[in-house]
Amino acid sequence: MNKNNFRNLIATALAAALLAGCASNKTDDTSGSQAGSDPYGASGYQSGSATAYDQASADAAALASLQRVFYFDFDKSELRPEVQAELDKYVNILRNSNQSIRLEGHADERGTTEYNLALGERRANSVAQYLLVNGVSRDRIEVVSYGEERPAAIGHDDAAHAQNRRVEVILR
Amino acid sequence: MSLRYAFVVLLMLLANASWAQLTIQITQGRDNATPIAVVPFGWNGTGQLSEDVAAIIAADLQRSGLFAPMDRRDMLSLPTQGSEVVYQDWRALKVDYLLIGRMVPFQNGYTAQYELFDVLNQRPLLTGHEQGYRDSLREVAHRIADRVYEQLTGIRGAFNTRLLYVSRLRDASGQYTYRLLMADADGAREQVLRTQREPLMSPSWSPDAQSIAYVSFETGRPAIYIENLRTRQRQQITNFSGLNSSPVWSPDGRRMAMVLSKDGNPEVYVMDLATRELTRITNHFAIDTEPSWTPDGRSLLFTSDRGGRPQIYRATLGSNKVERVSFEGDYNARARMLPDASGMVMVHRAYGNFNIALQLLNRRYFQVLTKTQLDESPSIAPNGAMLIYATLHQGRTILAAVSIDGGTRYLLPSRFGDVREPAWSPFLDRR
Repeated sequence: MNKNNFRNLIATALAAALLAGCASNKTDDTSGSQAGSDPYGASGYQSGSATAYDQASADAAALASLQRVFYFDFDKSELRPEVQAELDKYVNILRNSNQSIRLEGHADERGTTEYNLALGERRANSVAQYLLVNGVSRDRIEVVSYGEERPAAIGHDDAAHAQNRRVEVILR
Repeated sequence: MSLRYAFVVLLMLLANASWAQLTIQITQGRDNATPIAVVPFGWNGTGQLSEDVAAIIAADLQRSGLFAPMDRRDMLSLPTQGSEVVYQDWRALKVDYLLIGRMVPFQNGYTAQYELFDVLNQRPLLTGHEQGYRDSLREVAHRIADRVYEQLTGIRGAFNTRLLYVSRLRDASGQYTYRLLMADADGAREQVLRTQREPLMSPSWSPDAQSIAYVSFETGRPAIYIENLRTRQRQQITNFSGLNSSPVWSPDGRRMAMVLSKDGNPEVYVMDLATRELTRITNHFAIDTEPSWTPDGRSLLFTSDRGGRPQIYRATLGSNKVERVSFEGDYNARARMLPDASGMVMVHRAYGNFNIALQLLNRRYFQVLTKTQLDESPSIAPNGAMLIYATLHQGRTILAAVSIDGGTRYLLPSRFGDVREPAWSPFLDRR
């Protein structure tokens, strides 16, 4: 996870750098380490298009404030009614920005590993589909299923299972 | 009993850098197991042997459930040559069969010479020898056990085989470490093949047992890899968007069935391994997954929820024929065909629990084989006599085995972590 997060940070930073680089001739004050440690801040860049960058930064901050985990019923991939309002917030940001997300689908331990892998993908696809039909561009969304391989909660009771049947939104 | 403890202690002594460390606990044997005496093998050479070959043979035979090896301490004599056998002694001890042997130095290794006797009829049944080096004495023992088992049951022994499995360890911060492991079928000599933070899944064997396939998430997304066990050369064979899962070699080793969701939905495909050409086998909006070859290589069993709940279906290759083959209960998944194609084992849900069940195909015969909790990933020994699976035991996932008639059971608990997705190798010895 750490490595992934780090990679996400780098990717975000690179995207930000690219954005800044397009608009102006960059001066010599950017370095990889600064970009990595300060992915959302504009401090490391001098950009002629401050508005675009500020917008990206604001979008990222807005995404970061949203609910990141959505839960599902046993052997089901339908969205629960109450999550739609929360997903609408993602729609509003993603429809008008360059931010992208990764949807990681998960299943509880009951049933076979490979069927659960497919079930996790179906859950992540349910979330993706909701975003797509509401106007989010497909290239903003990546879907990966982990099936029952990465449970959030240890334990083998109903409470643990409920915690593990989920889709996690990872900001890229 | 003491033999089994000796065996467990032996395993513990042998395990140095062990991650899952499987040690066998027999939980159910048979009342009618055949009594046999496996006498400690003679050794007149210098130094001590690295393995107690007779103890390994006895443990193999005991694990099959078909034999009850007698306690060494109750033996009246310890013959190592046919001329030293006094049948009356063994009749008095009520053993039906007697196995004796001796280890003889041979070049840089050893020859194990063995003789099997029918005590009741007072005649020799089998003599033979196996050669090995210091580090392959366990194979020598398993090969002898295979010969004895075949002589007495008519079924080829599968003791000289291996297991692949995945261990999952969660640390205090909630991060996971996944390991792909390989061990002998009795849990000994465990080796770590891969260690990584991202999941490893679905290990499977090539029919010649030279290579393995598995799914790794090491790039952040699942992909199918093939690795040669001898050269350790590895190649990524799929990298499609979506699922890349469930790799299984065809019986002829030339094709691989797999599940891809690149077209939006999990479907079963067959890849020609030489050309990498894909043939789509299923075409349905439901989940289609967990393919498994029939022994003739002409059809695939797979799991589909196209009927609303997961059930087992069979697709005949080269035709559009798909038929449902599981009917008992509302959840049947991950079928594996018996080597003689007479039936299949699968994960079956009944009363909210998941168990391994056997269904014979031409007869309406159905039997739940396991009594443990959350059982999954059945994998059948190449001789069809036992199957290994993953089960929840005292809060952790461990491996367990059951005979195909449900009569014998044993657990292979690990010291730590969850141990999952066992795959029993094909026969390692060519015939």
